[in-house]
Amino acid sequence: MSTLSEARSKQLLARYGVPVLDERTARDADDAVAAAAGIGYPVVVKLCGDRIAHKTERGLVRLGLHDGAAVREAAMQLLAATTSEDGPVELLVAPMVRSARELIAGLHTDAQFGPCVMVGIGGVLAEALADVTFRLVPLTPVDADEMLDDLAAGSLLGPFRGEPPVDRDAMASVLLALSRVAESEPQVQSVDVNPLMIVDGRPVAVDALVEVTE
Amino acid sequence: MTTGRRAPFDALFDPRGVLVAGASSHPGKFGFVALHNILASGYKGKVFATNLDGGEILGVPVARTVDELPDGDIDLVFVCTPPAANAALLEACARKGVRAAFLTTAGYGEAGPEGRRAESEIVALGERLGILLAGPNGQGVVSTPSSLCAQIVAPFPPRGRIAVASQSGNFVSSFQNYAMQTGIGISRAVSAGNAAAVGIADYLEYYADDPESAVSLAYLEGVSDGRRLFTRLRGVTERKPLVVLKGGTTASGQRAAASHTGSLASDAKIFEGACRQVGVTVATTVEEAFEAAATFATQPLPAGPRVAVVTTAGGWGVVTADAIARSELELVDLPDDLRTAIDAKLPPRWSRNNPIDLAGGETRDTIPEVLAMVAEHPGVDAVVYLGLGIQSNQARMMRDGPFYPGDGLERIVAYHERQDARFARAAADVSEATGKPVLTATELAIASPDNPGPRTVRETGRLCYAASTRAVAALEHLWRYARWRRRRNLE
Repeated sequence: MSTLSEARSKQLLARYGVPVLDERTARDADDAVAAAAGIGYPVVVKLCGDRIAHKTERGLVRLGLHDGAAVREAAMQLLAATTSEDGPVELLVAPMVRSARELIAGLHTDAQFGPCVMVGIGGVLAEALADVTFRLVPLTPVDADEMLDDLAAGSLLGPFRGEPPVDRDAMASVLLALSRVAESEPQVQSVDVNPLMIVDGRPVAVDALVEVTE
Repeated sequence: MTTGRRAPFDALFDPRGVLVAGASSHPGKFGFVALHNILASGYKGKVFATNLDGGEILGVPVARTVDELPDGDIDLVFVCTPPAANAALLEACARKGVRAAFLTTAGYGEAGPEGRRAESEIVALGERLGILLAGPNGQGVVSTPSSLCAQIVAPFPPRGRIAVASQSGNFVSSFQNYAMQTGIGISRAVSAGNAAAVGIADYLEYYADDPESAVSLAYLEGVSDGRRLFTRLRGVTERKPLVVLKGGTTASGQRAAASHTGSLASDAKIFEGACRQVGVTVATTVEEAFEAAATFATQPLPAGPRVAVVTTAGGWGVVTADAIARSELELVDLPDDLRTAIDAKLPPRWSRNNPIDLAGGETRDTIPEVLAMVAEHPGVDAVVYLGLGIQSNQARMMRDGPFYPGDGLERIVAYHERQDARFARAAADVSEATGKPVLTATELAIASPDNPGPRTVRETGRLCYAASTRAVAALEHLWRYARWRRRRNLE
């Protein structure tokens, strides 16, 4: 079992219709600064590689960078933090988004039930709350819509702290996309979209990790 | 299930004749109890018995070998003999035309490697002989249309439309005991035992096409191939509701996983999601499971979630409203025209909202009239009726007290009892007339089951719920299933 880099994970998911941010990869600090200028500030810079599964724990994510100098410094620090075990790495430059609501979505291959799509309440309390729900692949649009009703904190999907209600169809289409990934990409063992942020009422995959069989 | 596959199940549930193999003259042995229960429940077919000693048990002549028995009279053999005897027994039974066997015998798959080997051998033998093999290590099979109680435990439940399949024999007994208590009966019931050849899904598929059964009720513990099981359950729920009581849902399927999704994937969560996907409604307690099934068997499905509560006292209504608020049902805002219509029937102190609290303002005909008005309103999908039996409870105290029948007590007691019986009947009648569920709840259903209120509810063939919260829980099962069907354009 191995993981795909965040960039490759998102490319795969995006092909199936999971919304992602306007992100660019960069080889070095110059590249990263150019990418950031193209995206517009503020940005996030992350170190990204197939063998880097837990960026936050290793401090490989730099948030809220407001100018080229900050991007350059962050890029150089991240590249310097690379270890020999990381294999090939690159930088991922992404727009900085904020949201009051973080969900989690994913795909899990269960020994008894095979591939299952999950959605739940994300963020730092995700595992403590375990407010998640599953369906077996393949999902129908009705199944995907009903998953949203299962969440105990379902009121989070309504209007929330000045943000509009979550676009249910857009949420359902993320779950249907994950179902299609499972059906069409048998090498995919699991997918984590965490967080799936709600920006202006629509979901977007801010981080993603795809696990595949070798 | 195809006709060809159904035939052996017909032999299990509606046999023309039953053989108890390993019949015993000792009333403490299973081989006696099984024969006793078959005879005592009034089974109409022919009953045969075999053991090594011969003789006569409970008036049934006992043959020493199956070969002595007539050809073609026996469809089902109920096996109480030890594993070592059973291969020869099945061979002999096959020669007599037996098509189904229930093995109550233990010592198979549950008993180590040797037992497992014996189990796979007997399964293979059953297949070769064309005998449906139920069990082993199960309590038995019940089929009320045939007055068949081929099981090693009590009770024999009243006839009804709930079909039971259980991975635990004791839960078959539990459900049957609830059937005895409530009067909501059972059509078929089987304890799957080790489910060596025939599993829960096989029974449920049979029940789905069984004209005697309106709903299935299953207890599931281990699930060996979840994906296949749920594909089959989807075929069942398309035809009939299925209530599942799941054991072992708190066991955390904690997995070492690289993903958060994986670490959040417990067996319970996936099972629950899969049930919602295929329209199975899950109960968390034995009584909830039975009462949900009993409600499917005796009430129409609601067309929507909007519930009205009719109560003769405030507190009950409040607690019921809270339970509805916690559920997926909806406490409907009382429509203006309905409020106006009720205003005409009651003094102004009634609640004028939902719950519809009559606040003691009712006269002789108010309750049947209000029940009808509420159930007939197009904005109401279901009704919960509270307060039945209060007056009859007082009547009972008067009847049992030192002054009865003088001082006008005889007349008032008779009036109260007549009224409560009438209200119970009104609830059933209005439900039938409108095609909407009307559930009656009072603790008198268990505190004073002979009270004319709950007694008459039973006589109408419906369940009198022992608490309004339990009525709400049962109604929620019906709504979940109805909604599942509607969203998938079934019917």
